[in-house]
Amino acid sequence: MLLIEILPDKCDFCGCCVGVCPEDAIELKEAEISIIESLCTNCSKCIWACPIEVIKFDIEKYKKAKNEKLL
Amino acid sequence: MKNYYDIVVVGGGPAGTVAARFAAERGMSVLILEKDRDIGYPVRCGEAISHAGVAEFIDPDPAFISSTISKFAFIAPDGTEVVIPLEEKGYILERRIFDYELAKKAADKGAEILTRAYVNGLIIDSGRVCGVKYEFRGEQKEIRCKIVIAADGVESRVGRWAGIKTYTDFRDMECCVQMTVANITDRDRDTCYFYFGEKFAPQGYFWIFPKSNGAANIGLGVSGKVGKKRPAISFLNDFMEKKYPESAVLTSIAGGVPSVTTLEKISAPGIIIVGDAARQVNPLSGGGIASGMIGGSIGGRIAAESILAGDEKHLLTYDKAWNERLGKRHEIFDRIKNGIYYFTDEKFNAIAHSFSKIEYEKRTIGNLFKTALLNHPSLLIDIARVFLVR
Repeated sequence: MLLIEILPDKCDFCGCCVGVCPEDAIELKEAEISIIESLCTNCSKCIWACPIEVIKFDIEKYKKAKNEKLL
Repeated sequence: MKNYYDIVVVGGGPAGTVAARFAAERGMSVLILEKDRDIGYPVRCGEAISHAGVAEFIDPDPAFISSTISKFAFIAPDGTEVVIPLEEKGYILERRIFDYELAKKAADKGAEILTRAYVNGLIIDSGRVCGVKYEFRGEQKEIRCKIVIAADGVESRVGRWAGIKTYTDFRDMECCVQMTVANITDRDRDTCYFYFGEKFAPQGYFWIFPKSNGAANIGLGVSGKVGKKRPAISFLNDFMEKKYPESAVLTSIAGGVPSVTTLEKISAPGIIIVGDAARQVNPLSGGGIASGMIGGSIGGRIAAESILAGDEKHLLTYDKAWNERLGKRHEIFDRIKNGIYYFTDEKFNAIAHSFSKIEYEKRTIGNLFKTALLNHPSLLIDIARVFLVR
C-alpha cells in the first residue's frame, strides 16, 4: 500500500528523490512526477532527501490501514 | 533523424554534450535525447567553476560568464571571515547559455539532438544494451545503437536498467536549494563566500556567489541525514529573512548533488555512465560541471574507439581511465569531506582564528589545510580516524 505522497503543486522536479530511491520507484519527467506503487516500499528516504519538503508520509492512511489490519 | 546510431546519449547536460562531441569528432553518428524542452534549462546549479575547468572544453566567453572570481571568503560560525586570493581565477557561469553553447559544439561535429524526448527503458539483447525506448510528445518510440551513454544526471535511472546500482545513499546526497537574488550590494563582486556551521548548513556549506549586475546565487546544501530533521529550504528562508528580507528573487531552485565517490562500476556491455549519473562529482566542493565534462570526454572517446576497433571489451577500460584522471582523487576528497562533516562550530572558529594570522599574500587553499593541521593537531586524529574507518 502506497503511503508516500508527492505534492505536485509544490514540487520543483529537481530529481533529488529519484537519486536516493533504492527501488527505482519514482518516475520524473520534465514537470511531472509520480511514484510507482508496485515498486515503492514506503522507506521514506525520498522524504528525507527532498530539499523543499514536498513529499509526505500519509500518517492517517497508515493508521487506518493498521487498524483494519491491511498492513 | 536516422533509424540507427553508433551512439545514443541520454541527457543534454555538460557531461552528455561533451561525450557526444568527443564521439562525433571521431566519426561516430550520435543522437542526444533530452527530456526537457530546452537544453540548459531549468538550471540546477550554483554555477561556479575554475578557469581550467571551462577552458579544457570551450573558450571562456562573456556570453556565458556571469562574473569572474579572484577570491574565496570562508566564514566561520562566529563570523570570523578568512579571505584567500585564488591562484587561478574562477567563474560563475550563466548555465542556461553555457549548456547551449556546449550542445552547439557537439552539433558542429555532427551530433543530432532531440529535446522533449524522455527515455523510459533500454533495449537489451542477450545481456547487451543495444538501444533505448523513449517517449516523444506522447508517442512511445525506440532507437537502436551500438553504445548508450547514460548522462541522465542525479536522477539517473538508465544505468539501473542495465543492472548498475546508480542510486545514492541519502546520507551522501547533498540536498540543495538556491535563489538567484537581485541587488546583493554588500558583497565583493569578485569573491565567492562560503559559510560553515550548524546555523548555516550542517554537513554541507552555505554559499553566496556573485553574478552579473549585482545579482548573486545564494544557496546551501545539507546532507540527507540533516535534511531528515530539517529541510534545506528552511535554512535558506531563515537566512533570507534575516539578511535580505525585501529582496527580488529572480530564480528559485532545488537540486541534489551526489557528494560521494564515483560508482564502483560505470560501464557494462553496450553502456557507459557519465557525469552526475556516475557520481563524477568532486565530493568535497560538490562541483560537478568540470568533472562531468571530463567524465563525458573520456566516455565519448572510449566509446568511439571501441566502435572503431570493433572491440567491445575496450569499452570497459573507461572505468580505469576515469579513476586515473579523477576518480582516485575524488576518493581522497571524499575522506576529507567526511572529516569536515563532523567538525563542531568551535573547531571551525579555531581554524579561522589561526588562519587569519597568516599574511594575505601567503594565503592559499593548501595553506588553509596546513594551518588547520599544524595549529590543531587534534584534526590529524580526526582525519586519521576518517582514513582508517573507510
